Amino acid sequence: MKTVPAAGGANGSSNGPFCGHCGGPDGGGLPASDEHRRCVELLTLEPPRYCANCRRRMKVQVTPAGWSAECSRHGVLIR
Amino acid sequence: MTIPAHPAITRYEILETASEQVLEEGRGLTQEQLLEVLRLPDEALPAALQLAHEVRLRHCGEDVEVEGIISIKTGGCPEDCHFCSQSGLFDSPVRGVWLDIPELVKAAKETAATGATEFCIVAAVRGPDIKLMNQIKFAIDRINEAVEINIACSLGMLTQHQVDQLAAWGVHRYNHNLETARSYFPQVVTTHSYEERLETCAMVKAAGMELCCGALIGMGESLEQRAELAAQLAALEPHEVPLNFLNPRPGTPLENQGIMDGKDALRAIAAFRLAMPRTVLRYAGGRELTLGDLGTRDGLLGGINAVIVGNYLTTLGRPADADLNLLVELNMPIKEFQKSL
Repeated sequence: MKTVPAAGGANGSSNGPFCGHCGGPDGGGLPASDEHRRCVELLTLEPPRYCANCRRRMKVQVTPAGWSAECSRHGVLIR
Repeated sequence: MTIPAHPAITRYEILETASEQVLEEGRGLTQEQLLEVLRLPDEALPAALQLAHEVRLRHCGEDVEVEGIISIKTGGCPEDCHFCSQSGLFDSPVRGVWLDIPELVKAAKETAATGATEFCIVAAVRGPDIKLMNQIKFAIDRINEAVEINIACSLGMLTQHQVDQLAAWGVHRYNHNLETARSYFPQVVTTHSYEERLETCAMVKAAGMELCCGALIGMGESLEQRAELAAQLAALEPHEVPLNFLNPRPGTPLENQGIMDGKDALRAIAAFRLAMPRTVLRYAGGRELTLGDLGTRDGLLGGINAVIVGNYLTTLGRPADADLNLLVELNMPIKEFQKSL
């Protein structure tokens, strides 16, 4: 399982084609599409739940000082 | 949200009554009186918060209790609490996950490093099974070896045997929320009853643990029901009341419930303090969304005397430094560590 940097893209997880908050298609552009502006705001208040690369739901662990989110295919995000 | 001091000379009878009854005599307001506080107009809010702050200083002191919380078992809960993203009965994006003990100990150390004196271990369960209880025992031992911090637990409904075990293991405080008023509870939870919650609360107190019993407001309850909840909590005489504001979670039955108005939230803070002058009243989940950064200050100057620092169970909170710096700015000392049991 590889570890990758968190929050590289506008969708809050990596610069992939899906939104880390809602899992919807996002095109991976920067800035995020209008459809996902609210998602981007919410991702300041919660970790991503969907892998931005493949839309799989991730295993997310929140601790007082950080969080990690694990996609079974694309590895672990840590912030 | 900044609530400016209001120059109006209008007097509010309920606040004058509260000044005598709560501030001077230490007797909390009744349900009917609390409803009057919750119905105060916006221009009375600064006076209500000021009175609540004075009550807190008089009856609790200036210390602020700092706590960190962590989920040892996330998601997959069999209960249907309509606000909760961890219920396995809803189409929530939260996946089930267990935290390993080294990570738990690391989090306890990080929490203690902030100056926190409380570390609460939470599990999304109806009640703990033997496997979870064994993990809790192991976790408590490892944390106690590693760091000085009081350990609290929140593991759902307990049997008497489990209550006795937790008390014997040194758990000094147990969290079990009422969440909402008895009259509104069936709208929010159908898989267990209010009475079952009260039974666990009673056992916890009888065993000598401190009871932490909280509220979640903004779920569509009426002001009457909010007053009812505050009165029902006061009747339990909990050591601590964590005050949560609904953060509507995707996939839950309450996902489309609007975020409650910030001034209503502040009125609730003042009312809860005036209901329970000596209780630890803690800012818990949802304050970032409902009140924003400035609202945190207003609450701390309006009856709140405890905070959860850092992140919550599934959502993120303000950075711990932001809250700790605010306490310094407000000249509010952090409560010092004292081993309770």
